[in-house]
Amino acid sequence: MQASVERVKTPYGIEQTRVLLNSNYTAAYAIRDVGVDVIAAYPITPQTGVVEKLAEFIASGELDAEMIHVESEHSALSAVIGASAAGARVFTATSSQGLEYMHEVLHIASGMRLPIVMAVATRALSAPINIWCDYTDLMNARDTSWITFIAYTAQEVYDSLIEAYIVSEDPEVMLPAMVAYDGFWMSHTYEPLYIPVDREIVRKIVPRRSRITLDPENPVTMGSIVGPDYYYEIKYQQVVAMEQAYRSVRNADRIIEDTFGRRYEPIEVYRVEDADIAILTYGGIYGTLLDAVDRMRERGIRVGAMRIRLWRPFPAEDLVSKARNISTLIVVDRAISFGASISGPVALETIAAFHRVGSSPDVISIVAGIGGRPVTERDFEGMVETVFKLGRRAREIGTLYWGVRG
Amino acid sequence: MKSWRELPIGGIILEAGNSVKRRTGDWRVFKPIIDHDRCIRCLLCWIYCPDGAIRIVDGVYKTSDGKLWSLSFEIDYDYCKGCGICAEECPVKAIELVEEVR
Amino acid sequence: MIRIRGVRDLPREEYFAPGHGLCAGCTAGTIVRHLLKIAGRNTIVVNATSCVEVSTTMYPYTSWRVPWLHVAFENAAAAASGIETAIRVLARKGIIDPGRSVNIVVLAGDGGTYDIGLQSLSGMLERGHRVMYVLYDNEAYMNTGIQRSGSTPLHAWTTTTPLGKAMRGKIQPKKPIAEIVAAHRIPYVATANVAYPIDMDQKFSKGLSVEGPSFIHVLQPCPTGWRFDPRYGIKIGRLAVETAMWINWEMENGNFRVTTRVPKRKHVRHYLEAQGRFRGLTKEEIEEIQEYIDKEVERINKLVGEEVIGPRID
Repeated sequence: MQASVERVKTPYGIEQTRVLLNSNYTAAYAIRDVGVDVIAAYPITPQTGVVEKLAEFIASGELDAEMIHVESEHSALSAVIGASAAGARVFTATSSQGLEYMHEVLHIASGMRLPIVMAVATRALSAPINIWCDYTDLMNARDTSWITFIAYTAQEVYDSLIEAYIVSEDPEVMLPAMVAYDGFWMSHTYEPLYIPVDREIVRKIVPRRSRITLDPENPVTMGSIVGPDYYYEIKYQQVVAMEQAYRSVRNADRIIEDTFGRRYEPIEVYRVEDADIAILTYGGIYGTLLDAVDRMRERGIRVGAMRIRLWRPFPAEDLVSKARNISTLIVVDRAISFGASISGPVALETIAAFHRVGSSPDVISIVAGIGGRPVTERDFEGMVETVFKLGRRAREIGTLYWGVRG
Repeated sequence: MKSWRELPIGGIILEAGNSVKRRTGDWRVFKPIIDHDRCIRCLLCWIYCPDGAIRIVDGVYKTSDGKLWSLSFEIDYDYCKGCGICAEECPVKAIELVEEVR
Repeated sequence: MIRIRGVRDLPREEYFAPGHGLCAGCTAGTIVRHLLKIAGRNTIVVNATSCVEVSTTMYPYTSWRVPWLHVAFENAAAAASGIETAIRVLARKGIIDPGRSVNIVVLAGDGGTYDIGLQSLSGMLERGHRVMYVLYDNEAYMNTGIQRSGSTPLHAWTTTTPLGKAMRGKIQPKKPIAEIVAAHRIPYVATANVAYPIDMDQKFSKGLSVEGPSFIHVLQPCPTGWRFDPRYGIKIGRLAVETAMWINWEMENGNFRVTTRVPKRKHVRHYLEAQGRFRGLTKEEIEEIQEYIDKEVERINKLVGEEVIGPRID
């Protein structure tokens, strides 16, 4: 850990120290501060730093937990399911192929309504094998009923992992939660962030709760086979839990704000109040987008930036309300949903959100950053220019594949 | 049948061993009958029954020719599926399988 | 460790309730009853997808009177590893009573062990978790309708290895799973047979007492899949031992011992002809199986250094 250079007292009196960490290590610090019991993870680029740092914390005694060195990601999630069912607080982390390998278990974890938290350093999917960042792996987990946060700074990774435990363990929710961040762009690059000096503070805001567990004193059956006569109702309970998860996330946002002085919203915006056109994206490239917006503003273009922080449950109302002044909304996706009518997954959900209220800006779907292809300020400026030039046609095209050669 | 509000979450079953509410005895075609005078209380029928449908009953039993035993067996016909393992394994052929007429 | 010397040492409590949907005469029911009698109430069972799992927990009914978890087909050993670790950590932190010991038992079929479950089993063994893994082996994927598994014996009929003109049942011999497990050098590995319940129960008891992983491989005759009248389940299990098609052994810290001696053994045809899944086997195929068994017997006797499995009487 880098020597701390600054101790800061937030307006609310919590003393924090400023550290320099990459998002992988930040995730490990958050888990250390929350205080988990069992970790089970399998290494995969670019997630490895999370697990290595956690192993260091366990070895030094800073984190009182055990790490199960499972032989695959499928077993990693299976092991934390077992541990969570037995009453432990658990954690796992993965990327890309690992997330795919555990895919059936993602559904099982949420179907069994177990509190589990996972960090995902996003990475493109094979084939071809590609270790660099895009969000295809995360998008493929979209329907698994996991509460999903997408962070854009290391600070947000830290805060969101704490929120993930608050929400996942909320008795009204009881769904697993994941926090995603850019593989390599964020997982391996260092940023300054603030963490509390006294770790007890984190433990206080994520208190242990009693719940039904595997306990010989009260024998229950978990994971029985359920037929058509009951399955639907049990799944509907998950639908309701997801709706409740939105309220729980907002509550967790408030707790983070009260404790650390940092404010989060499911949809965050920048300079949209007087904007005609806005770009919505997610993850680390939002930082680049903010700079691009400032540059375009200097040239007189009334553009704003938006980012989606809470991906599941999808904050449709927040999106609609924050985009109410916008007439053209460019959604820059970092994944391709092959064969879909709109290939950008977030663009598709955005269109659906507006469809529900009956009025919509022009939503333009752009796909960029595939397989770790960098997205620069110039790219964002170019996208706005292109959309202006295309006019009406931009919408008709469906999805624009930004930067593909040929 | 219960609504989604009434069911515990995640498909969990809270009542241990509530399968006793399913009377699998109605599967039966052949019904085993124990002859307690022939029975030598070897316990093998109780040991082998896949359904736990044979119960050990404590209590003195006097056979017709004056032999005294301290326990006997009772078949729980609510659950006995009539598989016949008990009859097959009984070393003294004290269990007879009788076709059930319903 | 519970000492079982004879039938009267068996606890009377039934931790496996009747009313489950296992086939009439399914000897897996017998195995589970015994397993839970030996393990007792302080036991958490992790059940892989299998006949037992679906038949005993058809929502909203459960036959289990101990805590029970099912996750998926191939990961029971991984889930059990998680439970074992969680209990140790929670006990150390004083969140659960550190004085109380809990047995953790995996119950899986040959499907979930030999094939799809082998990876997670190997991982659990390698990491040394204190879990007893009980494999109930009915020699095919019975739950999905009698398809062949790595455990299916040579020339056996299954729906995916029919006995026909061009192909004669399963063409590979049975995978030696217990030996594969023993190669992991865990404290206790044993093979058992539901027709020898006292031997089986003693092995369950020993398996639960070791500091580390244990593995008990139990032969489970299946009337539905092996094609025999349900009343003969135990008899066929016995014939397996009497013909040396199945050998009851145990390996305790590397020391190998045959626990059921067979002074004079029968020709395998007594075992094969009692089951519909071997009907239609030619004389040559039966002799092929007999030769394979003869070689196995020779190997085992050599390993033990004594003729524990005797010569054939026919």
